[in-house]
Amino acid sequence: MPENVKLHPHENCNCDRDGVALPPEIVLEVKNLTKKFQVDGGKVLTACDKVNLNAYKGQTLGIIGESGCGKSTLVRTILQIHPATEGEVIFEGQNILKLEGEALRQNRRKIQMVFQDPTAAFNPKMRVKDILCEPLLNFGLLKNSEVDAKAAELLQMVELPVEFKDRFPHSMSGGQRQRLGIARALSLEPQIIVCDEATSALDVSVQEKICELLVRLQREKDITYLFICHDIGLVDLMSHQVAVMYLGNVVELLEKGRLSVNGVHPYTKALIKSIFKVDFKPGEKIQPLEGDIPSPLALPLGCPFQSRCEYCQEICRSEKPQLQEIKKGHFAACHFVK
Amino acid sequence: MLLKVTDLDISYGSKATVTGANIELKKGEILSIVGESGSGKTTVIRAIMGCLPGNGHVSGGNIIFDGRNLLDNTPQQWREMCGTEISMIFQDSGNMINPIRRIGEQFIDYILTHAPQISRREAYDLAIKMLDDVRMPNPDNVMRSYPFELSGGMRQRVGIALAMTFSPKLLLADEPTSALDVTTQAQIIRQIVDVRDEYNAAVIIVTHNLGVASYMSNKIVVMQNGMVVESGLREEIIGDPQHEYTKELLAAVPVVGGKRYYA
Repeated sequence: MPENVKLHPHENCNCDRDGVALPPEIVLEVKNLTKKFQVDGGKVLTACDKVNLNAYKGQTLGIIGESGCGKSTLVRTILQIHPATEGEVIFEGQNILKLEGEALRQNRRKIQMVFQDPTAAFNPKMRVKDILCEPLLNFGLLKNSEVDAKAAELLQMVELPVEFKDRFPHSMSGGQRQRLGIARALSLEPQIIVCDEATSALDVSVQEKICELLVRLQREKDITYLFICHDIGLVDLMSHQVAVMYLGNVVELLEKGRLSVNGVHPYTKALIKSIFKVDFKPGEKIQPLEGDIPSPLALPLGCPFQSRCEYCQEICRSEKPQLQEIKKGHFAACHFVK
Repeated sequence: MLLKVTDLDISYGSKATVTGANIELKKGEILSIVGESGSGKTTVIRAIMGCLPGNGHVSGGNIIFDGRNLLDNTPQQWREMCGTEISMIFQDSGNMINPIRRIGEQFIDYILTHAPQISRREAYDLAIKMLDDVRMPNPDNVMRSYPFELSGGMRQRVGIALAMTFSPKLLLADEPTSALDVTTQAQIIRQIVDVRDEYNAAVIIVTHNLGVASYMSNKIVVMQNGMVVESGLREEIIGDPQHEYTKELLAAVPVVGGKRYYA
């Protein structure tokens, strides 16, 4: 970690100037959120199954899991890109899934998104300044004459040269384009930014710079991030609390501390073992988790992880374990983790 | 020495992309080329394979493979070599397979193109054996599948099976796991190491994941802006990096259990 990002001096970021801890403020509350898709042949695909999560003000909620575990569907449902099947999302005291019309449109200002592929996220025929200011113009918050000045301000915020405002996205590198994506998400001054694998398409060195930028912006503006990722190392680095998802279920939730150290669910442990460390000892063998994630079209009875779990017993095949608090602020859904 | 690349210069049109690259590789060794996007690492292995895109060409240096200079190859000689003596795995093998033909038809075509003397039946059996070797469950089923019916990890395994069919002496892998999850990545990397052990092939893997490079390689080459800035044995590069850029790359890897932004 480079020196220019300061570590917070206290164990917990939620303290006032005298170091007295304040309770964290909940910004977003996801309650029993379920998303099912109807597929051809009358089958039902369960992408999210009764998910419960809280996101706190100025903190990062990391969501981790393999492709197909439902993490993207979860945030897309929160953002109402597609309607939820069941459940509630409480934001500013109301269930935003019930919003309609203008109220829904106004609500979108407050939750914004940074996408995975910075190449596909922009209209290739728009100049940078138009990309950055389009959301503001949409909501009538900016006059056409102010576009240049606002674009310059946003570019500076994400440490890009001001001259970029007249360029097109194709003349920028992947890292620069991802900064542009962050600047666009920031333009409406949202309270929550969803980063859906925002750094997965980038090289390690560029990834690090983007993460530093995200952290700096969070400190300055008290933004909440929902940070989706499949790299445990990175989630550990970025997040205040982490949720591990598997087959549409949250199987482990850690509100404080580090997943890589404190993770107890067999799936979390398997994920940790799949990581390639730089300082491998010669002869040390990696232990990958075998097989693929099962089809969400036919959810198994019992524990979702049973087909790949080395500790699987009779009870796991018949009874689905619920998310239980095993320690303060640490939840896991496994019959054998107490 | 199986492969010796000396002072290799590659240009696209008149623009120099790679300058003065040197690589040496013995049988059964794995070499990783690491560096950020645009540093020229893919260009180098494409030059070894003789498949530089567009107006790319080798403007200087030599590529000696198995005692002969590949740069003197005629197109006919390239065709005989590629896929049999040197083969390649791409970032997403799904993109290099025809999406509207079944895996099996393409696999058999590939075998018959390089070995016209064997029968269709034998080619089918060979394909099944190769899929079995890369731990593909249900190879018969895979042969009947279209590429979109397989997951990213399974498609990558098909890519490895295709590449190893004729026991090549040199396997080139261009970011073979960058599009995959951590769990699938671990499976594929183990597969490539197994393939090396089984066929005693030399492997060059291009990656920007230093963890992967550190895990599997005997040698590591670090590239930046088209130049090799550091190269050597794995232990030297990981344990005692000399160049500033190598140190930067190593420091940028998020470490499990390492430092973090929040206490």
